[in-house]
Amino acid sequence: MKVRARVFVTLKPSVFDPQGKTIADALHSLGYGGVEDVRQGKYFELDLATQEAAHARKLAAEVADKLLANPVIESYRIEVE
Amino acid sequence: MKFGIVVFPGSNCDHDAYHAAKHVVGQDAEFLWHKDTDLKGADALILPGGFSYGDYLRTGAIARFSPIMREVQSFAARGGPVLGVCNGFQILLEAGLIPGAMLRNRGVKFVCAHVHIRVEQTDTPFTCAARKGQVLRIPIAHGEGNYFATPDALAKLEANRQVIFRYTTAGGDVTDEANPNGSAANIAGLCNEARNVVGLMPHPERACESTLGSADGLVILESAVHAIRGGLFSAPEKAAV
Repeated sequence: MKVRARVFVTLKPSVFDPQGKTIADALHSLGYGGVEDVRQGKYFELDLATQEAAHARKLAAEVADKLLANPVIESYRIEVE
Repeated sequence: MKFGIVVFPGSNCDHDAYHAAKHVVGQDAEFLWHKDTDLKGADALILPGGFSYGDYLRTGAIARFSPIMREVQSFAARGGPVLGVCNGFQILLEAGLIPGAMLRNRGVKFVCAHVHIRVEQTDTPFTCAARKGQVLRIPIAHGEGNYFATPDALAKLEANRQVIFRYTTAGGDVTDEANPNGSAANIAGLCNEARNVVGLMPHPERACESTLGSADGLVILESAVHAIRGGLFSAPEKAAV
């Protein structure tokens, strides 16, 4: 059995997100004035060859630190199934 | 002297850099494949522009793990001159050789245009033949050139005089209108603390012949020749193990 880890990478709150802003503007022009703000991020599904959730979480954090997220501008959150 | 031009899968300014170094500046030049582990005796390295690894994940994020990057890091640590242009600059940022990161341009669009940049410092191997305050007209072509660093990091870059180029008007004024991508403090190029590694978003290799609209980029490559010949910057060979 494999463990699936989900990694959500988002821009830090202090970092301007031109893409999110453009999407929000598009939604406003479609009449969705109630959508006040949009922040765009990235989502990864990692299938891991381990059965231990703790190990899976550790491995997912390691690859997020090394490659998936850039710590200068991004932070991440991990969920393990 | 000899320029080594690193070729990643997806580099597309490698031949422009080679042409400028070899046929315009008249120096030796050799391509270095990203899987190479030997810099082939290069005195200065150029990481050219393009879309290494298709810009997948983030610009430069995957290229920084190419085998040759170990040698680039070692060469840089020994004081060797390294120039990153556009995607090459993004790779230097991802590799941590220069601090900060790139965001999508504030206008979201890919911007392809001639811009003006001002030479802020001349004590680097890629600006030592230029004048402080000299304004260069050089093209940019990028979608992610919106330089970001935290306020603390920016203050440190300014205090260390690591800002090497800024986007300005033709007259050399730093204005918001002259900033094509939203970069913090109009930053177009930076160096590392040791000043031997320089990265910039504009493409000097595309502005080395007046036939192409501008020869203002020439001074950047000629600076490297000047630096190497004058012994201002060089990477001693690795000590024998």
